[in-house]
Amino acid sequence: MVDTAEAIVQAAGGAADGEAAPDEEAAALAAHFEALLRAGETVEPRDWMPDGYRRMLVRQIAQHAHSEIIGMQPEGGWLTRAPSLHRKSVLLAKVQDEAGHGLYLYAAAETLGVDRADLLDALHRGQQRYAATFNHPALTWADTGAIAWLTDGAAVINQAPLTRTSYGPYARAMRRVCQEEAFHVRQGYDLMKALCEGTPAQREMAQDAVDRWWLPAVALMFGPPDTLAGGADARTAALGARVSAQAIAWGIKRHTNDELRQRFVDHCVPQARGLGLTLPDPGIRWNEERGHYDFGPIDWESYRGALADDSHTARRRVAHRVAAHEDGAWVREAAAAYAAREDAPEAAL
Amino acid sequence: MSRETEGVTASWEVFLRPRRGLSHQHVGSVRAGDADMALEHARDLYTRRGEPLSLWVVRSADVHAASPTERDPFFSNAHHKPYRYPEHFTPLTGGGDHDDDD
Repeated sequence: MVDTAEAIVQAAGGAADGEAAPDEEAAALAAHFEALLRAGETVEPRDWMPDGYRRMLVRQIAQHAHSEIIGMQPEGGWLTRAPSLHRKSVLLAKVQDEAGHGLYLYAAAETLGVDRADLLDALHRGQQRYAATFNHPALTWADTGAIAWLTDGAAVINQAPLTRTSYGPYARAMRRVCQEEAFHVRQGYDLMKALCEGTPAQREMAQDAVDRWWLPAVALMFGPPDTLAGGADARTAALGARVSAQAIAWGIKRHTNDELRQRFVDHCVPQARGLGLTLPDPGIRWNEERGHYDFGPIDWESYRGALADDSHTARRRVAHRVAAHEDGAWVREAAAAYAAREDAPEAAL
Repeated sequence: MSRETEGVTASWEVFLRPRRGLSHQHVGSVRAGDADMALEHARDLYTRRGEPLSLWVVRSADVHAASPTERDPFFSNAHHKPYRYPEHFTPLTGGGDHDDDD
């Protein structure tokens, strides 16, 4: 079972019941933690860690887990309307992977001393967030391709560095996720390519999906701007920079949001060209001097306003999640009753 | 809904033997009411690809671990014994340690 920081301090001879440990002990624990980070070693569940580190991890891993399971919805809605048995099998496997990714992450979060039931509860109450990207509706079949190519593509760019994040269980979960995510992006690109090589109406549907999913992917999958490069005003950038700097100092993140956003744009421009589609940003052009593609500044203010948490789709996403959870209560109750039956080989808990 | 009616179930650690020649490796955990359900959940979650050979589940509460705070005294048997490594000694003339398999 997971030791809390308090328990370890206590075991190390520190004060019980929440009193501050003697300075010397606290300093030794902190020094050990810092030394692990400096050496590029992972922090493991039973290691002492600062409360802020634990809180930041719980928030990030929970947000990530919630995004995986809420992210099943836009594509899941198209499962019964896939145009062929092959596409249906592929999409089913993809959506099933997202459920699996959520479960890997909830298990990783639980090593930090939280319970997945509480995390789900916080999601259902709107106290914890998920990627607002998924508060956009998936209007056509092409959206399933655009989502996989663009938002899963953005996720891969975010998650590849997280395979080396400083918290061991999170890094290991990310390795499993990344191995599977490559399939998601490929099948989405493949789907888009089939549409682009189809009838003019199919090509048009593909372009329309990219027009609607580009901004959610580039703006929302990477988090708020944390440098001036993201097109934010100085105050917003400074705010984001402070959070990112702490996350980077703790080895949780390894790059700023805006660095990863730039990497994403650099990857997507040639991919869109390969499909014969246009990314809906007239500001995209190669910058010889920087060695990167320039892209138009994101209007964060108006974008945030347009994406308020109480948008129709956002309400639908959470309501669907809550309904699924409540409809599944009898399964959990039956499983618990079965495990607790008299002739059970072992007790349930 | 209370915890009891929620049916919050025990945590199980999952060990997978991904292919012949490898030992079982810890891959993560699942929640389940009993061992059979834990095996089924672990199969659904951790073996969606590849040709796994074998799967173990162990109740998380049954894992007994050495305390990290007692690491140094507990593992002291390895300390200060450089003579347990071949590099501690004079190399054999001509290199190699008779352990090349050719």
